[in-house]
Amino acid sequence: MEAIRQHKGLVYALNRTNIDTDQIIPKQFLKRIERTGFGQFLFYHWRFNDDGTLNQEFSMNNPKYEGASILLTGENFGCGSSREHAPWALADYGFKVIIAPSFADIFYNNALKNGIILIKSDEEQINTWQAKAENEELHLEVDLEEQTIKDNDGTVVNFDIPSYHKEKLINGWDDIALTLLLEEKITTFENQKA
Amino acid sequence: MGKPKTIIEKVWEQHVVHREEGKPDLLYIDQHLVHEVTSPQAFEGLRLANRKVRRPDLTYATMDHNVPTKNREVVKDEISRQQMETLRKNCEEFGIKLADMFHPDQGIVHVIGPQLGLTQPGKTIVCGDSHTSTHGAFGAIAFGIGTSEVEHVLATQTIWQDRPKTMNVKVEGDLGPGVTAKDLILAIIAKFGVRFGTGYIMEYTGDAIRKLTMEERMTICNMSIEGGARAGLISPDDTTIEFLRGREYVPKGEEFEKVSQEWLALATDEGAEYDHTVVIDASEVEPQVTWGTNPSMGVPVSGATPRISESDNADEVKRALEYMGLEENQPITSIEIDHVFIGSCTNSRLSDLRKAAKIVEGRKVKDHVKAIVVPGSFSVKLQAEAEGIDKIFKEAGFEWRDSGCSMCLGMNDDIVPPGGRCASTSNRNFEGRQGNRARTHLVSPEMAAAAAVEGRFVDVRHYAGVLN
Ligand code: SF4
Repeated sequence: MEAIRQHKGLVYALNRTNIDTDQIIPKQFLKRIERTGFGQFLFYHWRFNDDGTLNQEFSMNNPKYEGASILLTGENFGCGSSREHAPWALADYGFKVIIAPSFADIFYNNALKNGIILIKSDEEQINTWQAKAENEELHLEVDLEEQTIKDNDGTVVNFDIPSYHKEKLINGWDDIALTLLLEEKITTFENQKA
Repeated sequence: MGKPKTIIEKVWEQHVVHREEGKPDLLYIDQHLVHEVTSPQAFEGLRLANRKVRRPDLTYATMDHNVPTKNREVVKDEISRQQMETLRKNCEEFGIKLADMFHPDQGIVHVIGPQLGLTQPGKTIVCGDSHTSTHGAFGAIAFGIGTSEVEHVLATQTIWQDRPKTMNVKVEGDLGPGVTAKDLILAIIAKFGVRFGTGYIMEYTGDAIRKLTMEERMTICNMSIEGGARAGLISPDDTTIEFLRGREYVPKGEEFEKVSQEWLALATDEGAEYDHTVVIDASEVEPQVTWGTNPSMGVPVSGATPRISESDNADEVKRALEYMGLEENQPITSIEIDHVFIGSCTNSRLSDLRKAAKIVEGRKVKDHVKAIVVPGSFSVKLQAEAEGIDKIFKEAGFEWRDSGCSMCLGMNDDIVPPGGRCASTSNRNFEGRQGNRARTHLVSPEMAAAAAVEGRFVDVRHYAGVLN
């Protein structure tokens, strides 16, 4: 996993709640055996019409959001299945940060494992940013080390993130390698159980 | 005697390998179930890092999501074929038992785990699939994980997990005649929403739960994830023990009696406290039908779709009604369907098929309705055939298929066409779940069967044969 400390980027606001993993990446794209190349299928049935042309009515296709790397969205983002293809698609498309009032449990872990910074923020703040992203253009600067988000006006807000997750993101640690440092304990546990 | 504990705390504590302040616990995993869709990248990761599977003996694989449910011999979809082939090669290379498409133990991973007795009280069970919560019915802590976590479990047999909060989902009273476990869990989710369980492991308690069969308990626990909880479980009792007795992977003879006592001792202690409790009265539950695009958007069959202006989340309701092609305040019984799917890890076990068959026996599927039955496992299929259930369905005009996930998510050919409307016994009614622009209504097997015959939703309680 790549280390990530700061990220500055354009915000795309997707004002919907309970966005489920079937929306993030529909099942017909889960058949690949690689981890890469899923970005093209992100929000597929929203972004594209049945004939494969771009759905102009879907906000993400608005040229002003081109190159957006921060996703601002509603409650319970990522509910539904455990498919890691969802964060793979988001990351591959270019999203590095997702800000929402809440995330589904499995999605939260999956996204972290792929170096995406997930930030829980209160709804009021999100609504403010949302309006800005929709009406003007919103750039946010996320500093994971300082746990701050700065917007174009220079307003700075703080956010919480469990220190354990923060450390892993900042260092880009490989979970398995870390766990294997505890291999002796695992073996002892197994022997006691047997 | 120490402080009374919930089963959740007991099982969790028994599996902590390592605990450090400010970090999740490192939890030992007793049983890892693997399927073709969420595992290829995990095995590839192992290979790249030159790692092995730590405990192939605690790992079990099957193919379910992609498998064709008819004419299995030729998998026409090249990418599906490749995904299954990849699983076969991976299992060979890493020494993992695999029930492939033609194996007698093949089936939906959450159907075969319990069927084989791999699922046992007190175990920690994971699978790269959110409906792993199903196995909680036996008093196991069972939850879905992503592919990186699958790789982690393969390599270390452990997983990092935040200590969950505990929730008591207390079901008071009794279910009325003709009301099923599926209706109960749909009613719970309709009442408390799709995120009330986030961050919790739920335990379902109360008399109504104790009276459920194991298959019904699995239906309940299966949909815990639809309420936002990664895991939901039920304390083991005699029903649990009797279900497991004699199954392939459980201990035999004396050893079984001994382990049964240990299992029963895991049940939540009298007086144990939960972080949160919700209560529902089972006697008020009616047969349920979802009208919208998440599982909490459901009402009793006697009800109607909501009025947009009266909903707290008007935007979401409006969008859902639009997607579903329904009016506001439209009576549920006026909704006509053109597809029926009886199957999925929620409702594809023998008792589900028996109950649905009882409804369709001697009747015919409405002309324009395409109805399929997909048994949850090969073994369920054989048992059903031995009882003549397949004949009842076929004579009524249902298609009788081979086991797999099938139309629950439509990764194979079994999809609902754009604009099609399906009465489905599965667990998710998300947009596009059963096919692009497909409309899904979640119901019990009985309700789905009656809908197949009538071509629209009816209250199955007033349907011939149900209440006597
Ligand atoms: S039957 Fe449906 S919900 Fe169950 S494991 Fe298969 S795809 Fe998932």
